[in-house]
Amino acid sequence: MSQFIQQLINGLSIGSVFALIALGYTMVYGIIKLINFAHGDIYMVGAFVGYFCITRLASGFFGLILALVIAMAACAILGVIIEKVAYKPLRNASRITALITAMGVSYFLQYTMVYFVGPSKRVMPAPFENTVFKIGGITFNLSTVIIIAVTIFLMLLLQYVVKRTKMGKAMRAVSADPDAARLMGINVNQTISFTFAIGSALAGAAGVLIGIHYNSIEPLMGTIPGLKAFIAAVFGGIGIIPGAMFGGISIGVIQTFAAGYISSLWQDAVVYALLIFILVVKPSGLLGKNVKEKV
Amino acid sequence: MKHLFTKKNLMWLLFGALICIAMYFVFGVVTQKWQKTLITAAYYIIGALGLNLIIGVSGQFSLGHAGFIAIGAYSVGVVFQGDATLANFALGIAIGVVITCAVALIIAVPTFRLRGDYLAIATLGFSEIIRIAIQNMKITGGASGLSYLSFENINDHGMFLMMLITIVLSILLIVNFVKSSHGRATISVREDEIASEAMGVNTTKYKTIAFLIGASLAAIAGAYVGPMNFFIKPGDFGFQKSIDVLVIVVLGGMGSLSGTVIAGIFIAVINTLLQNYSDIRMILYAIILVTTMIFRPKGLFGNKEITDIFSKKRKEAE
Repeated sequence: MSQFIQQLINGLSIGSVFALIALGYTMVYGIIKLINFAHGDIYMVGAFVGYFCITRLASGFFGLILALVIAMAACAILGVIIEKVAYKPLRNASRITALITAMGVSYFLQYTMVYFVGPSKRVMPAPFENTVFKIGGITFNLSTVIIIAVTIFLMLLLQYVVKRTKMGKAMRAVSADPDAARLMGINVNQTISFTFAIGSALAGAAGVLIGIHYNSIEPLMGTIPGLKAFIAAVFGGIGIIPGAMFGGISIGVIQTFAAGYISSLWQDAVVYALLIFILVVKPSGLLGKNVKEKV
Repeated sequence: MKHLFTKKNLMWLLFGALICIAMYFVFGVVTQKWQKTLITAAYYIIGALGLNLIIGVSGQFSLGHAGFIAIGAYSVGVVFQGDATLANFALGIAIGVVITCAVALIIAVPTFRLRGDYLAIATLGFSEIIRIAIQNMKITGGASGLSYLSFENINDHGMFLMMLITIVLSILLIVNFVKSSHGRATISVREDEIASEAMGVNTTKYKTIAFLIGASLAAIAGAYVGPMNFFIKPGDFGFQKSIDVLVIVVLGGMGSLSGTVIAGIFIAVINTLLQNYSDIRMILYAIILVTTMIFRPKGLFGNKEITDIFSKKRKEAE
């Protein structure tokens, strides 16, 4: 039983990072129907910005908060630039074309980072003493608690922005119907840029969090979590914000349980098999609504 | 079958044979670096032709091509553990195609209810499962893979000729498929699935046929990986490989076979040219990819064929 709870906590911490990345995927998809494969690399950039903040600027809890804020801001700006330069000219092109462009952007971010910092792994210094708590037979690190707490805080903040602010209302309107939104006087381009900014900021935060959790970062670290986050978004129903949160955490927990109880060699296969099963049973994802086809 | 040896087909076969002979001689005079480029291009073209049939003709978005390439590569690899002869190569391809068709059927039956991105992610999932399965099997050598896979008595020149013949035959196969009544039905599925269903087209059947042919071509392309690189390992057949092939299809233009051929050569040549700048190779590659997509969103050829120049009545655009 204690092993079960232990696995659950590990799954929750990795799952909340997936959820943060998946949120960016799902919001961008919801608004312009683009699978933004560069999103995983924005997460990587966030981890590196966090690394430079913690090593050069400040350490301790203040250092961590500073690193989170700077990484989120830097990633938000990066996200908007990418949207303006690479995706905006392709707003009306076929979606596979936009997908290939996203792949190109992803390569660009990865190898530009390799060019500047080298391809090898770097050790991310812990900004604070990583205290280990023991309750019953269960041990968990301070970093796990921080990851889950920061994730919950950011998700609540996102819910507030999307549901309660004017910009959030505009985002929901554009994702429901861009043309109608434009007719209602919503600045669609600005709204799309804002969506990219928020999504990228969340990915940046995820990068810093994973850095302090695993203590190692590298320029190609974004591909696999990016893919997992995309799967998480589809799992929960792509385009739906609670779906991404739910999907991310589920994928993290399932993956950890598969590694713990089945085999770490097969963990990814279990995740994919489950994903296919969900898609076959409920093609629009777990929280997705079944849209009737209109002719 | 009786339409297979029409005058037109034989003419194209002759034309293809001429190009083959020309390329064969070109291969003989260029340096080793460019020989490698030509072989890589040929390999990608075979795989991309199959994917173009799935994405460009039947309109199904598959991200699982790497899985089928892996099956082809490993079938030949396992057979080559005996003798690396031409007969065994043919046997390997046959086994690969049979396994691929079986797996593709298993994939197609549940997933073809899905559309667009959901189909993409499901095929991606299957492809990763294939890779992980290969990684955990004894016969495939696990994570370290299989080595010593070069042909015993065929050099690169001979292998290149085999690849050329494969390309010409694949193009003939796809063109004939597209122009047949089955092909027309498949195109109607791409254009509007609901409308074609209303007209009595069995959409699932035609999607599956296109998927099977495309997957088999991927397996045949995969068969060449071992002899090309001398070894294969599961890591070579990840999600990235599917994207590499997809890039060629989209860059050439979805539905355009000549576009695929040109794009395959284009990518291989760019990769070779950029080798001199190894530290910024991938950055330049990314920039070229993004700018090409921005300026030619429909790919280099759109949905036109190179042969449209010769025919007076142009195919109607779209």
